[in-house]
Amino acid sequence: MSETTHETGLRLGPNLPAPDGFYAELIALHEGLSREDSEALNARLVLVLANHIGDREVLRAAFAAARLQGAPKT
Amino acid sequence: MTKIFETPLYPYVRSSDQDAGRPVRHAVVVLGAGPVGLATAIDLAQQGISVLVLDENDKVSWGSRAICFAKRPLEILDRLGCGQKMVDKGVVWNLGKVFFDERKVYDFNLLPEGGHKRPAFINLQQYYLEQYLVERALEIGRDTGLLELRGGNRVSAVEPQEDGVKLTVETPDGPYRIMADWLIACDGAGSPTRTMMGLDFQGRIFEDNFLIADVVMKADFPTERWFWFDPPFNKGQSALLHRQPDDVWRIDLQLGWDIDREAEKNPARVREKLKAMLGEEVEFELEWVSIYTFQCRRMEKFRHGRVIFAGDAAHQVSPFGARGANSGFQDTDNLAWKLKLVVDGTAPESLLDSYDEERVFAADENILNSSRSTDFITPKSHASRVFRDAVLELAEHHAFARPLVNSGRLSLPATYDGSPLNGPDCAAMPVRTRPGAPASDAPVAGGWLLDRLGDRFQLVTIDNEAPATLTIDGIPVERVALSAANDPTGALAARYLGEAKSAVYLMRPDQHVAARWETFDAGEVTKALRIATARSDNAGRG
Repeated sequence: MSETTHETGLRLGPNLPAPDGFYAELIALHEGLSREDSEALNARLVLVLANHIGDREVLRAAFAAARLQGAPKT
Repeated sequence: MTKIFETPLYPYVRSSDQDAGRPVRHAVVVLGAGPVGLATAIDLAQQGISVLVLDENDKVSWGSRAICFAKRPLEILDRLGCGQKMVDKGVVWNLGKVFFDERKVYDFNLLPEGGHKRPAFINLQQYYLEQYLVERALEIGRDTGLLELRGGNRVSAVEPQEDGVKLTVETPDGPYRIMADWLIACDGAGSPTRTMMGLDFQGRIFEDNFLIADVVMKADFPTERWFWFDPPFNKGQSALLHRQPDDVWRIDLQLGWDIDREAEKNPARVREKLKAMLGEEVEFELEWVSIYTFQCRRMEKFRHGRVIFAGDAAHQVSPFGARGANSGFQDTDNLAWKLKLVVDGTAPESLLDSYDEERVFAADENILNSSRSTDFITPKSHASRVFRDAVLELAEHHAFARPLVNSGRLSLPATYDGSPLNGPDCAAMPVRTRPGAPASDAPVAGGWLLDRLGDRFQLVTIDNEAPATLTIDGIPVERVALSAANDPTGALAARYLGEAKSAVYLMRPDQHVAARWETFDAGEVTKALRIATARSDNAGRG
C-alpha cells in the first residue's frame, strides 16, 4: 500500500471496510436537512475528523488531496 | 426478417384436460414461461416430478430485457442442461470504464478468479436465454413425459384450498378448470396470481425514467461496460453502453421524472440522442426501444400454503447490479429440490418454509445492493449529489475513492447464513464454503467440481473414507471422492480445506453446503441431513 500512502502517512488507498454501507450511512446522515443545514453538518464533521487525526502534517496533505492538487496521484 | 421473439415456439394446442368430465389434478403447475418459470419446470422434471407450465403467450419475450447473467445462474443453467448454449452465444466481458462529465475517472477489471468453469458475467439477450430454456423444456418433456408447456393458456382464477389450488384457465376454445397440488407463480412483476390472491407487494418507488435502446451497429467500441455520470450528451443524468451478441448494443439513458414518455419514445428523438452519444458518423439501426421505471420491493412471504411465488412475482429490484433474473434462477434452484422431497413424501411440508426464509433473506440483500447503486447513480438530495460528485472527482486522483463509485455491483449469490437448514461448521475451513454458501467451483480430476454436484444430496470427501452411498430415511446420499493429491491448481485445497488436513462436506441438491467436518462420522451426517430436510431443527448450532 506504500504507493497509496502519502509521505506524511495520509492513507489515499482504500481503507474503509464495507464501503457501500459506509456511503449509505453518510447519505442517511443528511436525510431531511436543508442545503444550509447539510453544509453546516459537513463543516462540523470535518472538524470532528480533523481533531481525531490530530496531526497537522497529515491534515495539510489531506487538504491538498481534497483540492485535487499537491498530494501524489494514487 | 423474422426475429426469434416473433416466432411462436409453443402455440396453443387443445389439451385432453379441456374435455375431461371433472378438473384433472396435476402435481405441480407453474404459471409463466419466462426464465424463472421455465427453470423451475426443467428442474422439477429433471428430478422426476411431473409439471405443467401455463402461459398466455407462446413466444419468448420481446426486446432484450435482462442482458447480464452472472456466474452462479450460469452454474444453475449448467445443472439444468442448457448453460453451454448460453455461454457459447453470450458475450464475455471483464472490463468496465466509468466516465464523469467528459473524463474517464476510473476503470475496473472484474479479474475473475481462476479455477472456475464459468465467467463472472455474460451478456445475452433475454430472448435467446428464453429460447434455449424453451428448447430444453420441450426436450425434457419429450424425453421424460414429465413436462408439458401450454401456450395460449391464461389463468383467470386462483382458488387456494387446503390440499391444493383450483385454477380456471382461459383458452381460444373457452375456459377449463384444473387442480394443482402445488402452484408456483412465476408470472412476473405484475403477477396476476398475487393480485388475484390480494397479497401485498411493499417497497420503495424510485421516481425516475430510463430509456433503453437496443441498437444494431458495426462499431469499434470495445467489449467493455461503459458508464457515464452526467455526460455532455445527457446532461445531469447517467448513461450506459454494453455489448450483446449479434452486434446489438444496450444503451440505457436516464431521463429523469417529469418527462413526456410518448415524446421520449419517438424514434426521431431517440436517434438524435444516440447520435449525440455515439457520434454523427456511426450508423445504427434501432431494434427495440422501451422506457422503464422501477421499484425495489418484495412480498412479505413467498410461500402462501400451496401457492409459492418466485422471481419478479415475489421481489423486484432496480436493474443496476443484475439482480433480477439472476436472483430468480436462485429462487428456483432453492425451491425445486425441496418441493421434490415434499411431493415424494421424504420431507415434511415445513421444508418449504425454509424456501421462504432463505430467499426472503436473499431478496433483502439484493434490494439493499440495488437500492444503494440506484441512490449513487441518481442522488435523491442536494447533499447526496454533492457527495456523489466528490467521490467521482476524487476517484480520478485517489485510489481510496474508487470502491465508493457505485454504478452497479457484481451480482453475487446469497450465502444463507443463519438458515434453519445449516448443520455444523468446521472452523479450520475457509469462510467462503461455510454452511449456507453455494459451492465454489474448482478443477478436479476429469473436469469441474460443479459438474459433479447437484440434483441430489452428496457427500464430498477430501482424503477421507466414506461409503459410496448412504441411505438416510429414504434419501440417498452419494459420495464424491476427491483428494488434495489430485489438485494441480491448488484451488480445491484453498476453497475447501483451508487449515484442515481432510474434509467431508454434505452438499444440498442445489449445490449449497449443508454441513462440513474434518472427518467422516455416519451419525453426524445423519443428524445434518435431518436438519437440512427440516426433520429436526438446528437449535444450538452457530
